[in-house]
Amino acid sequence: MSELTATTTPSRPAFADWATMAGRSLRMTRRSVDVLLTSLLLPVLLMVLFVYLFGGAIQTGTRYVTYVVPGVLLLCAGFGASMTAASVTYDMTGGIIDRFRSLDVAGPAILAGHVAASVVRNLASTVLVFGVAFLIGFRPAAGPLDWLAAVGVLLLFILAISWVSAAVGLLARSPEAAGGFSFLIMFLPYPSSGFVPIDTMPTWLHGFATHQPVTPVIETLRGLLLGLPVGSGPARAVAWCVGILVASVVVSGVLFRRRTA
Amino acid sequence: MHDELAVEAIGLEKSYGRVRVLDGVDLGVARGGVFALLGPNGAGKTTAVRILATLIRADAGQVRVAGFDVVADRRQVRRRISLTGQFAAVDDLQTGEENLRMMGRLTGLSRAQARRRAAELLERFDLTEAARRTVNTWSGGMRRRLDLAAGLVGNPAVLFLDEPTTGLDPRSRQAVWQVVGELAASGVSVFLTTQYLEEADRLADRIAVLDGGRVVAEGTSLQLKEQVAGHRLDLVLADAAAFEEVARRLDDRAARRDPAHRTIGVATDGSAAQVRALLDEVDPTRRSVDRFAVHGATLDDVFLALTGHPAEQPDHEKEPAHV
Repeated sequence: MSELTATTTPSRPAFADWATMAGRSLRMTRRSVDVLLTSLLLPVLLMVLFVYLFGGAIQTGTRYVTYVVPGVLLLCAGFGASMTAASVTYDMTGGIIDRFRSLDVAGPAILAGHVAASVVRNLASTVLVFGVAFLIGFRPAAGPLDWLAAVGVLLLFILAISWVSAAVGLLARSPEAAGGFSFLIMFLPYPSSGFVPIDTMPTWLHGFATHQPVTPVIETLRGLLLGLPVGSGPARAVAWCVGILVASVVVSGVLFRRRTA
Repeated sequence: MHDELAVEAIGLEKSYGRVRVLDGVDLGVARGGVFALLGPNGAGKTTAVRILATLIRADAGQVRVAGFDVVADRRQVRRRISLTGQFAAVDDLQTGEENLRMMGRLTGLSRAQARRRAAELLERFDLTEAARRTVNTWSGGMRRRLDLAAGLVGNPAVLFLDEPTTGLDPRSRQAVWQVVGELAASGVSVFLTTQYLEEADRLADRIAVLDGGRVVAEGTSLQLKEQVAGHRLDLVLADAAAFEEVARRLDDRAARRDPAHRTIGVATDGSAAQVRALLDEVDPTRRSVDRFAVHGATLDDVFLALTGHPAEQPDHEKEPAHV
């Protein structure tokens, strides 16, 4: 190294940083055994658990496996995304965030890298859930367009919930606390139409269960996959997801600046 | 503002709540120089370095780094600096090579350039053998070297090192010192913080001593040493009467007095001649002094000499000089 080589580094597009950060998160996910186990083994276990343990006792009018697939998909998305919170907190509390910032890597690029890895992780677990579901008797009646729409809605949900998780990661002071916070996100699919029909729940829960964000997403997925009429479901599902996505992107931008001030 | 300065800070102030961490600090680092900010834990070193490296803003004062204002031209500054902080900023779950290639990409190198730069730095820091193992299998010294290498990927003009050798074993410390020496020789400007007088002495051509948020002394290592003797002679006296007697003879030359242990410390250059002369002077009858020991001056001694009070949060490690 000489004085001549101590030049300024070229400026670079934000997209390049984002891709680098996403590559980093994916590499680290691949090597962290517990994350891999949770995001890949858990979906299989949940599927089997619901269908064989609870399924016999639940009357939904269809085969339970057919009923429950959307719920399990969303539950797994919640688990997968919640790991994003812990890894964001880990970055923010370690030394690496200072290095990234002193290299002028923008906060959004750092967070978007985590989110991208989260989406890829969740897509992998989604494929796995579908695979297991097929093996144990799930027979959807969806045409190609229905499939495309279903995957699109699911992707949007995963994206939204991953950004929520990133925001939680910025809020938490330790990776453990981040994990705790995200428990709330993971709980949301239970009081919805994901696992049991809402009319079997106590009446006081109906209002929440019907109008919470997870229910329209589940209804949309179920309708699309089974080739049933979906009505306004997709519009409500997309509105919820886009709303949550925009809000958490904005909030995490503010939190990042506050955290690094 | 001088253009020949790599780092120039004027009147830096920073408070956290009611705690005043920096209270009007002026600093200047010559281009190509090595500057050490010396002080105990809690003196404000890390706060100062984080302000200079654009990570936090000062409440008052002006800072120019590599010719640019750290607030108005933050991007320009960030493209010319690198910071290696106290906590290793490398990913445990990536290999050494992957860490460096990532840093290369983040400084704007192409894939091929990043790969070449990573290989070059791994070679230079003697990490090539471990390069393809994930960092969680590496020793502390190796991580620190990787951390330093990661800071150099973008060929920074100004390098900030926050306590680069704290917690390292003597061998790794030597390795870090060697790297910093080479960097300085190659024309990079280095700003480092340290708790170790010896480290500042060994690496820096200018040293500022930070105490309670203020610079209490600044100069070359030689200038500071003239204010602070390099060593301390501790005398253990035979009894209370001898203690009184020697204390009286030394008067205000005594750097420390500890009646409970009948020990008196006095500054010395550590040479046999001076120690012999001192012993003869304080104990002409050769009965008062039981034992004696010569120590490298600790930060406490520096503080005592420079500020007239012990460091407020003394460095408890009290390591003997590690040469």
